[in-house]
Amino acid sequence: MTRLLLSGNEAIARGALQAGVSLATGYPGTPSTEILENLSRMGGTKTIWCPNEKVAVELASGVSFAGHRALVSMKHVGVNVAADPIFTLAYTGVRGGLVIITADDPELHSSQNEQDNRRYAVFARIPMLEPANSQEALEYTREAFELSERFDIPFFVRTTTRISHGKSLVEISEERNTVSTAEPGLVKDPSKYVMVPANARIKHRELEGRIEKIARYSEDCSFNSVEMKETGLGIITSGISYNYVKEAVPDASVLKLGLVFPLPTDLIRDFTSRCERVVIVEELEPCLEEWVRFLGIECEGKSLIPRFGEIDTGTVRRALIDVPQDQDPSGPESINTGEIPVRPPVMCIGCPHRGMFHILNRKKAFVAGDIGCYTLAVSPPLSAIHTTVCMGAGVSQAVGIEAVLPEEHGKVVAVIGDSTFLHSGMGGVLNMAYNEIPATVIILDNYTTAMTGRQDHPGSGFDADGNRTRQVDWEILLKGLGVEHIRLIDAYDLEGIQKVLEEEIHRDSPSVIVVQGACMLLKHKPIKIREPYRIDRDVCTNCGMCLRIGCPAISRKDGSPEENPIIDCTQCTGCDLCFQVCEFEAIGRED
Amino acid sequence: MGDKVLNILLVGVGGQGTILASELLAHVLIEAGFDVKKSEVHGMAQRGGRVVSHVRFGKKVYSSLIVKGETDILVGFEMAETLRSLDWLSPGARVLAENKAILPYTSLVGQSPYPFDALNRVRDAGFEITVVDGEAIAEKTGEKKTANVVLMGALARYLPVDRSIWVETIKKNMPEKLVKMNLEAFELGWKEVP
Repeated sequence: MTRLLLSGNEAIARGALQAGVSLATGYPGTPSTEILENLSRMGGTKTIWCPNEKVAVELASGVSFAGHRALVSMKHVGVNVAADPIFTLAYTGVRGGLVIITADDPELHSSQNEQDNRRYAVFARIPMLEPANSQEALEYTREAFELSERFDIPFFVRTTTRISHGKSLVEISEERNTVSTAEPGLVKDPSKYVMVPANARIKHRELEGRIEKIARYSEDCSFNSVEMKETGLGIITSGISYNYVKEAVPDASVLKLGLVFPLPTDLIRDFTSRCERVVIVEELEPCLEEWVRFLGIECEGKSLIPRFGEIDTGTVRRALIDVPQDQDPSGPESINTGEIPVRPPVMCIGCPHRGMFHILNRKKAFVAGDIGCYTLAVSPPLSAIHTTVCMGAGVSQAVGIEAVLPEEHGKVVAVIGDSTFLHSGMGGVLNMAYNEIPATVIILDNYTTAMTGRQDHPGSGFDADGNRTRQVDWEILLKGLGVEHIRLIDAYDLEGIQKVLEEEIHRDSPSVIVVQGACMLLKHKPIKIREPYRIDRDVCTNCGMCLRIGCPAISRKDGSPEENPIIDCTQCTGCDLCFQVCEFEAIGRED
Repeated sequence: MGDKVLNILLVGVGGQGTILASELLAHVLIEAGFDVKKSEVHGMAQRGGRVVSHVRFGKKVYSSLIVKGETDILVGFEMAETLRSLDWLSPGARVLAENKAILPYTSLVGQSPYPFDALNRVRDAGFEITVVDGEAIAEKTGEKKTANVVLMGALARYLPVDRSIWVETIKKNMPEKLVKMNLEAFELGWKEVP
């Protein structure tokens, strides 16, 4: 037995390996990404990045139908993309164990919303386990495969950012390894796998039977546990919130639910009947609370704990213990620190996205945006992102705007990253071409999925294990979608960008511009760091134009507004943009 | 220490090695026999954003998050981030800070003034602060980037952990060619605190 400090994501990867998973797949998304990265690093299973979560779940269901175990990992909003197969896979059930990891992001550390995917479990009728620490993340993942096969249904394992990225000690025992009970091979069974109405109608009825069986199992399964202490206060909780409860009210009795759908009835009735006051402590949605109320049990929950954002021990303490405000250190800010400038993340020095956004800013274009590093262009000085909703949305938003505001033609573009385009932008471009709506889509191709830490994708030329593979040919792909005007341009050539953008944005037919330049952080395609630039103090007029490209290597000395700009030559990558925007030829190389 | 859980908050800017330092610290505490939990939000680290790492240890730790106002020791690798973290400190907290300024973008371009007096403001707020000239000291090892381990050397003086455990953990957890340099950085930091 070994003891390791593991993040929840590392633990999930190990749990899947202990269950003998044959294939692991998904699409990168914070906070889930490291699950597949760890599996690829550790070996022992096939690891595949799919272009999107729907493809990943469908692929995994194929693996399951073939009698092998499969893991799919994604962030919470990825489940929206994959919802279509997920809902019907509840009907078909599985052969090999099928486990779907949903990594939720309360507090929106790196997401566009903070939806609570426990709702999906109830909605899709798919059971869900929710670990409270890394030890449980490993065990629940491993056990989920067993349960999936035993009850013939996919299983969700839900984490939140603090579970996925938090680290805690894990005891690892190889003795607990399991294997699939399914026989690998082809099984033709239309009544189970072909969801035509006649079969699906029967399957739906069956599904409710399976859920009833799991609900009975939940009454005394090891995932749910009661810790009886003082009976004045009884808390029902799950996942990360359990930890906050244990620290805030150590003397309270606790019902900890690890299987959060379906929920037990008798266990809850028994526990609550022994407690005077019942409080439900859960982050985000009142999922447990609604069930307890449905059972006709009086309780408190969202009247005490907010329905938005992350909670912590302080939240629970404030909700349950009377702390006078002046003695509450976790209360409102009390220390006068004076002014401190904010520190938002910025595009890297030498980032290939900077040039295009500089031009879009200068053109005062309306930019329907998307999700990736380039979303950082929403901030000054680039300030050139005007919508961000979900992956792929920007393309069709630009098309929608062009469809109803022809008088604004020439001012609207969509921007989307390469990985995001291959995830869910292709349908939008196909639609633009098919309906001949004269929008302009800009694909920012940096050869990687940069924001989540540089994972490969069908346009990068490498697979999840870093092996060479086929690479999408943009021209052929876009032509196939029906786009006639396709322009491939260099991300660092401002004049070229300006010229091409001018031509395409005013064109009265659909067009796509692919702006190419490798991510600065890519290891397998390292950018050539060129000789750094410097600013000639004698020539510089202090016009400030070089500061408008938003490069963190260019600053005023000590941040003093009076000082002329200078370039930090230790950080400059020689990308050339500042040289190109300086109208006074004050920027050049040492010689 | 009894059942008390000690809270250490480490703050810095992407690229300073804040998370690496907190990893080393967590492993040291595990070797010393404590239960340890840590949490940080990363993803933005490589893009010049603020990096915060929570490390909690004791006999039994449940939550990986420090409650605002309950940090026992703050380790600040960057001055403005140290100052920004004061709300997180308990009234008697100790501050261990590097006198390093990394200007955020708006300060770089002269739009919002950088608090060069940040560490004085920490003192004025009534906190006991030890200032470590991390990079200057780290340069003696031949690598400025070991400033994070210099700070760990200074932090070690305030923790109930034997010095030999730090040395062993550095040897065990770091790539072999970096061990000597980091041990040196640790020693230099250790000597910084009287």
